[in-house]
Amino acid sequence: MAEPLLRVEKLVRRFGGIVATDNVSLDVASGELHAIIGPNGAGKTTLISQLTGHLSPHAGSVSLGGRDITYLPAYRRCALGLARSFQITSLLLDFTAADNVALAAQAHAGTSFRFFANARKEKGLRDAAHAALDRVGLGHRADVVVNRLSHGERRELELAVALASKPKLLLLDEPMAGLGVTESQRMVKLLQELRKEVSIVLVEHDMPAVFALADRISVLVYGRVIASGDPAAIRANEEVKRAYLGDQHVVTHHG
Amino acid sequence: MKGLSVSKAVTALMLAGLVLLPLYSQLSGNVFILTLFTRIVILALAAASLNLIMGFGGMMSFGHAAYLGIGGYAVGMLAQEGVGSGFIQFPVALAASAIYALVIGALSLRTRGVYFIMITLAFAQMAYYVASGLARYGGDDGLTVYKRSDFSGLIDLSNRTQFYYLCLACLFGVIFLIWRIVNSRFGLVVQGLRSNEQRMQAIGFPAKRYQLVCFVISGTMCGLAGALLANNTDFVSPAVMYWTRSGDLMVMVILGGMGTLFGPVMGAVVFLLLEEFLSQITEYWALIMGPLLLLIVLFGRGGIMGMLGRAGRG
Repeated sequence: MAEPLLRVEKLVRRFGGIVATDNVSLDVASGELHAIIGPNGAGKTTLISQLTGHLSPHAGSVSLGGRDITYLPAYRRCALGLARSFQITSLLLDFTAADNVALAAQAHAGTSFRFFANARKEKGLRDAAHAALDRVGLGHRADVVVNRLSHGERRELELAVALASKPKLLLLDEPMAGLGVTESQRMVKLLQELRKEVSIVLVEHDMPAVFALADRISVLVYGRVIASGDPAAIRANEEVKRAYLGDQHVVTHHG
Repeated sequence: MKGLSVSKAVTALMLAGLVLLPLYSQLSGNVFILTLFTRIVILALAAASLNLIMGFGGMMSFGHAAYLGIGGYAVGMLAQEGVGSGFIQFPVALAASAIYALVIGALSLRTRGVYFIMITLAFAQMAYYVASGLARYGGDDGLTVYKRSDFSGLIDLSNRTQFYYLCLACLFGVIFLIWRIVNSRFGLVVQGLRSNEQRMQAIGFPAKRYQLVCFVISGTMCGLAGALLANNTDFVSPAVMYWTRSGDLMVMVILGGMGTLFGPVMGAVVFLLLEEFLSQITEYWALIMGPLLLLIVLFGRGGIMGMLGRAGRG
């Protein structure tokens, strides 16, 4: 097998006495949608933050496309093709939707040390922004200030921003969080589309969505990967069932 | 849209007033008003430069008056050493301010929030004490500038009207530059960082270097104000760098409206006129000024520009 797109090896991160990431290893192949699930407090967001560079690990390594990125700052990883969405929506609230996306495009289109020309009139950036907005179904809301967008629209905008940087790997931290049923369905549909173009690491609580979307699933409990495999194998795994005691029937009945 | 036009109309009126002021001064024979407004225009320039980092960049610098001193001392010290040419004095004033901003910014931008405020304040106070210790250049007592900057007959700084228009041209030039900057790629990044630094890092922008460049641009602009101010008062002393002066500049920006193009000019005009007239009425003018500012800050979110905008809509 070729070098995986993302390789995480023996990652360790502690907070005081708590080991939030305990020897985590996982691979994400090119073109794969790899879901990470686990109960609350399993260390999913901690793991994602180490992948994006917002948190540095105490041991282990992360490499992207064969290149060691363990200690690269977030903005450098982004330049290498890693984009993320945030679990709690993180956008430029006083900017329009189009501005949010155009800035992401700008970060990957030449220097931003240009002081004189009006950036909002750069056709390349605006076109890229509108293309990404259309992709997530927000084209008609381009000129609305983010403050005035609904929660669901903001989740979609997060995706558009991530897409605008033309990533190789998309890290989605609970894109379904707080969405209603119809909104969730739209998001699943959207991800079905996107996965054809880009590799995705998906952290999600919505089990039906995960089992519908994922090629492979890794289950995180107390910072450790207790199982990793395709959806059918995960569904049959005894240890996973035990960890998800309360949600067990969800795992077996849906998807 | 109507709200916009109200604040636009008031802004236009104010700018027209500034342009026509020398005419009024000449016709009425009121020389004092021209001197007063020269000072207002210079400090409006300083406030506008502070607004670039504070309003647009979200960097609450509490040491901006340091540049007034650095620009002023560059002019005063060179004049004392026999270098009277403005073509040398002004570039030196700008360069010195830029270098100071680069060093202070590189150190201060490691911190955020209250710590950033405190560290910029601390550096400005250090600059104040350094200036107080310059025995050769007057120390505590300050330094008299016996001859204004000489621009080889191109413009005569001793002529009140010409000097006023030079200051006004500098102010308009700086505001034009700020307007271009805030709408440029660079400006959008800086404003994005003010809005959400984590998000900007995640889409690939290293925060610090953009903020540092912005900090240097702002400091350089304020250095220009300092050089003009020394010419205006024919004098420069450590007092222009004192922390209360930095506070005054912040008040002007907040009063006029942070993050608006002409807010700082409006703030400077209102603040300095109030100060002038209240201090004529009573020695305890600060007792009236304080509550007045408090009211505007408490009830006029967005400063005067914000209030004008709401008045138009309401």
